[in-house]
Amino acid sequence: MSELQKALESGKFAVTAEMAPPKGYVFDEMLETAQLLKGKVHGINVTDMQSACLKASSIGLCIKLKQAGLNPILQMTGRDRSRMAIMGDFLAAAAFGIDSMLALTGDHTVVGDCKESKPVFDLDSVGILQMLTDMEESNKDCGGNDLAEPAPKFYKGASVTPVYDPVFLQINKLRKKVEAGAKYVQTQGIFDIENLKRFMDEVDKANIDVKIMAGIIPLKAAGMAKFMNANVPGIDVPADQIQKLADAAAEGKEKGIKGLPVKVGIELAAEMVAEIKAKNICPGVHIMAIGAEKNVPTILEKAGVDISKE
Amino acid sequence: MIITKKKPIEEVMASLEGVKKVGIVGCGSCATACETGGATQVEELKKYLEEKGFEVVGTVIPDECCQKLLVKKEVKVFKDNQPEAIVCMSCGNGVQTVGLNVNIPVYPSSDTLFLGMGERVGKFVENCRLCGQCVLASTGAVCPITKCAKSLVNGPCGGQKNGKCEVNPDNDCAWILIHDKLKELGQLDKLKEQKPDKGYSAVYYPRRYSAKEDN
Repeated sequence: MSELQKALESGKFAVTAEMAPPKGYVFDEMLETAQLLKGKVHGINVTDMQSACLKASSIGLCIKLKQAGLNPILQMTGRDRSRMAIMGDFLAAAAFGIDSMLALTGDHTVVGDCKESKPVFDLDSVGILQMLTDMEESNKDCGGNDLAEPAPKFYKGASVTPVYDPVFLQINKLRKKVEAGAKYVQTQGIFDIENLKRFMDEVDKANIDVKIMAGIIPLKAAGMAKFMNANVPGIDVPADQIQKLADAAAEGKEKGIKGLPVKVGIELAAEMVAEIKAKNICPGVHIMAIGAEKNVPTILEKAGVDISKE
Repeated sequence: MIITKKKPIEEVMASLEGVKKVGIVGCGSCATACETGGATQVEELKKYLEEKGFEVVGTVIPDECCQKLLVKKEVKVFKDNQPEAIVCMSCGNGVQTVGLNVNIPVYPSSDTLFLGMGERVGKFVENCRLCGQCVLASTGAVCPITKCAKSLVNGPCGGQKNGKCEVNPDNDCAWILIHDKLKELGQLDKLKEQKPDKGYSAVYYPRRYSAKEDN
């Protein structure tokens, strides 16, 4: 059973982080950073060419992490692979002991950095989950042919965007993901606890039974927050947080100290994690540090989250 | 209708290199509506080619350029006046239909874009991807295969911003359109139904269909 599954199903506060493979084949830096996360998180999502920008395949870093004694979560989008390629990758992943996955539809190639690439979208997130569920239950492949037994089992996850209008559409799709086999979901980055609570209420009202991990993005600068507000769907950083980051930048400039906005971002993220845990709003958090994964242990420490003591 | 747009005339002229006697085929249907291959455009091309020193030996405009037997009848005229090549001003479908009926080269003057609706004169929007398994009954007559850039069938991705698509902010998110329409119709529950995966086994090209065999 995957570490993440154990944590979520036993009622422990679950923590996952996220890493992107390199645009290249040298994984050393990621593996060094990953060592800092050992024992601090239940799993590490490895992104599948997020924002449709070319990177080494998710499965590659997942294998490296697994070999280094960490618990990778294989992210899989439907953008670049047909159902055959997706299933083939999962079979290969299982051979390396990878036991957790997260299905995404994927950003369109047009928004990425290889725009000439053909967008596939044979299956969307729901389709990927359903295919894996069918494989587990029937021991058959995506064409209905027998697979060598046993079919691999994955702890299956998906994503959800809580800040979304009309929320009915997100709830409805979340229900489909859960019906298709998702046992946990990670949300888009949340910056306002009230937004998260409202969404959790909607999920409750819809009677959807799934573990929801709140997405946490540590902000690094006011500019980053403004950029995400303007460009990233589902992101809504409140004005007072942007102001805090801007004030920190001004203070740093005045005093000649670097990195103050990053520290503020870490504090804000830690406060959010602590509040989610203290008020039992979600059973876990998913920290997307976007290149600053080395800060994840600090965030957890400041939030008072130590998974070894849960 | 099939939406076409005129190719740059230089491209058409490049196809006709070395040709002196030309026939022109228009189309009385979609290409007329798109103003790419109707009577006016056929006449304009004829004039242009004549100014460039070509002999335009004949022009025909079948009511529909995609009816094999109809086109066969119409292009008989070229047996007598012997052009060296034909410029066909219809969609790609018509170009091929003409090509089947003659033994000289047929060159397109248009690029075929999509199956769409005319919004107003000269403005067209794609509405149907010809997927072969229509889902419109459950989506408020808004096609997710066509109107969603990812052809998603289970609901929206997270990529809309203010109701607009991440791929092209000029486009509305199909799933918000579907949601709003179904809400208006009192059919929101239709979104809750799980759709069986259609797969792609019915969509290998070229497709054929015989209404007679079906009935």
